[in-house]
Amino acid sequence: MIGYLGQRLLQAVGVMIGVTIVTFLLVFLLPADPARMIAGRSATAATVASIRSELGLDRPLPVQYFSYLKNLVQGDMGRSYAQKADVARLIKSRFLPTLQLAMAGILFELLIGLPTGILAALRRGTRIDQAVMTLAFVGVSAPQFVVGLLLIYFLAYLLPVFPLGGYGTPLHLVLPAVTVGLAGGGWYARVTRSAMIDVLRQDYVRTARAKGVLPRRVVAKHVLKNAVLPVVALVGLDIGVFMGGIVIVESVFGWPGIGQMIWQAIQLVDIPVIMGGVIVTALFVVVGNLLADLVYPVLDPRIRYS
Amino acid sequence: MGRGRIDPTGEQAPSRRRKPWLALAAASVLAFGTAMAQQGGSAIVTFQDDVSTLDPAIGYDWQNWSIIKSLFDGLMDYVPGTTELVPHLAESYTVSDDGLTYTFVLRDGVKFHNGRALVAGDVKYTLERTLDPATQSPGQGFYLTIAGAQEFIDGAASEVSGIVVVDDRTVQFTTTEPDAAFLHKLGLNFAHVVPQEAVEAAAGDFGHQPVGTGGFKLKEWVLGQRIVLERNPDYFEAGLPYLDELTFQVGVDPNVAFLRLQRGEVDILGDGIPGARYTEVMADPTWSKQVSLGEQMQTGYVTINVEMEPFTDVRVRRALNMAVNKDRIVRIINNRAVPAVQILPPLFESHDTSYAGYPYDPAAAKALLAEAGYPNGFDTVLYAYNVAPNDRIAQAIQADLAEIGVRAELRTQAQSTVIEAGGAGEAPLLWSGGMAWIADYPDPNNFYWPILACASNIPGGWNWARYCDESIEARAAHADTLARADQQAERVDEWRQIFVDIMGDAPWIPIFHELQVSMHSTNVTGPDAIFVDPMHIPVHYEMVRRAQ
Repeated sequence: MIGYLGQRLLQAVGVMIGVTIVTFLLVFLLPADPARMIAGRSATAATVASIRSELGLDRPLPVQYFSYLKNLVQGDMGRSYAQKADVARLIKSRFLPTLQLAMAGILFELLIGLPTGILAALRRGTRIDQAVMTLAFVGVSAPQFVVGLLLIYFLAYLLPVFPLGGYGTPLHLVLPAVTVGLAGGGWYARVTRSAMIDVLRQDYVRTARAKGVLPRRVVAKHVLKNAVLPVVALVGLDIGVFMGGIVIVESVFGWPGIGQMIWQAIQLVDIPVIMGGVIVTALFVVVGNLLADLVYPVLDPRIRYS
Repeated sequence: MGRGRIDPTGEQAPSRRRKPWLALAAASVLAFGTAMAQQGGSAIVTFQDDVSTLDPAIGYDWQNWSIIKSLFDGLMDYVPGTTELVPHLAESYTVSDDGLTYTFVLRDGVKFHNGRALVAGDVKYTLERTLDPATQSPGQGFYLTIAGAQEFIDGAASEVSGIVVVDDRTVQFTTTEPDAAFLHKLGLNFAHVVPQEAVEAAAGDFGHQPVGTGGFKLKEWVLGQRIVLERNPDYFEAGLPYLDELTFQVGVDPNVAFLRLQRGEVDILGDGIPGARYTEVMADPTWSKQVSLGEQMQTGYVTINVEMEPFTDVRVRRALNMAVNKDRIVRIINNRAVPAVQILPPLFESHDTSYAGYPYDPAAAKALLAEAGYPNGFDTVLYAYNVAPNDRIAQAIQADLAEIGVRAELRTQAQSTVIEAGGAGEAPLLWSGGMAWIADYPDPNNFYWPILACASNIPGGWNWARYCDESIEARAAHADTLARADQQAERVDEWRQIFVDIMGDAPWIPIFHELQVSMHSTNVTGPDAIFVDPMHIPVHYEMVRRAQ
């Protein structure tokens, strides 16, 4: 187990280095010049050149990359071109709201996806199954900004139960999390349903039923526990993806998450913020997957890492 | 104006053409300033995009421009709601007969938010900071006419020789040549005065720890969420600002901001009325009273790359000008603009009211194209910014060009990508919307030098038409030396003729002059003009009052 963990951590470091290289190259391949964006329209060519050299953008790409990597290892993610502030500080200010929305979003995905998926699997082929799967399809397909604006209009404006966007109290968190939950819940329902159907076909389920175990107990003890693995994998993925920010939901609800920050940085070609944001996101993708892997053997003793 | 500026506003230079409504606006602003000087209360402004920085040397976007003006002051400013230039931190100023030396006497008793009194040395420090390459100020280019500026930038001098501190209350600027727009440039944010000790104490983070002399001072900044300003009780303008507290909430979707305004939760929509709601709002008798409309120093245009075939032929460029139905494009944006036939917006005195431009006439355009040797038209590419409504405007232009046989492929891309293509001279046609020219200050030369001059016809420049006429360049340079007050009429006429002559070469298709639109709650009040202030863009916050 320890050996496995060490191996995975080593892999994670490799992945992270890969991410920094690819992002760095992509950002520099962009047909846009950050120095020119900073300099504005009244700048002379000399001003643009002097800004480029102030930022160190006139150095060869590998030199820039290794100097970035060297600073990164020392915990220095550089300074934002547009905000003239430390990237680490900017990311830190967005961290808690991002974490809150990610966790609450996953919670609502599970609350919506698991029960409906189980119900559809148990009533397979019935109208209930069809209805659930259709709704799941709608949830997955509906654009999040439409869902978000509708929720705001009905549950915050017409019926003022929740605040009209913003950040602060737990009430502020509900509608954005529900929006995330409605979209992702559809996936969870589909995955839960198909995993359940697989497990329901297994011999041990038939055996349990034949023994006269109560149907509720069969589902809870034998089916669910075995069907939950793909859902855990989904949660692991979502941790990573959501910690990178949920741009559309954040922007509809005015949620101060990391997604809005990265989005604006891309508009302004604010390279240090883009790099920092992507690296933090990649870190969480790696961590999320690792967590999921570590949970597997707990849920299914047949899985062992050695 | 700079990067984030999408929408700004505009008007005319000091003591120029008298527009009755402008005089009225100025008068009503003054009336508010004296008769009803009650202070107190608070207001909330919303923006979708974050406020990047409040450093006056750096900030150059839609969100921060006027917030910075509330926190800092320049030697010069404008009468609220107008483009009338007046001394501000300066009590008075004199200009030498040769137009090269400006001497300013500072107001007495001006204090920074840290309690220290303003001295002339602060003005010198501020301008040197903006010029210093290490500051990376987008405003550096405005101040290169100051004597010794280039030597200072190049590191050959440790100070700018053309800025002299005469005594604590007197500062003198010398320019290398007469610069007719110099006083306007001293009214820009980049010359708003900062205290050296606060800049140094902030250790590179002055943009988040601003200390100025303005009517408001920073109370709280929660990154990515809100900025709270509070009244500066020591502000030198008696009775201002009206509000005790002013909050900017960022990250607020314009549609949600609109709902919150209806609910009375916010007071000013920083991003204006959502496009989809505009018609509904204007048709509503109650809502429409909360809307302010103002003219801007803005022109939206299509650049025609004069160095690219077949646009090297002026007949082709004129034909394109006649092909575009500007009225229809104005309808696309709900009539929030007036159709344009020339480069300068109507608010500039050098705008030529008698100039008809190239009237919409597809048949004549087609004939002219045939005469130029393109009876069957040709293929070309039209670049545009991919954010609404610019994509739809570009489609309308594309459809109009197709009518005369010009088949334009649309490339709608990210803003920075379009700017890069324009700067590299790779764009045959480019719709400037979302990046369109809003003048930094109300002087016609600001519509020439950065976007139409030979000097800006350089790789990475903003002269996307690649236009360069040496004789016009010489006339423009001469016009800018007419800096004395008694030369102003001559200068206005010369610039008017310059822009008419440029239109003869048709390097642009002027499309429209956009209006500024803002909406506020019934909880705040003030003259209409301050909610669409042409200089304190978008809103003159120090003039906003709580409704009684």
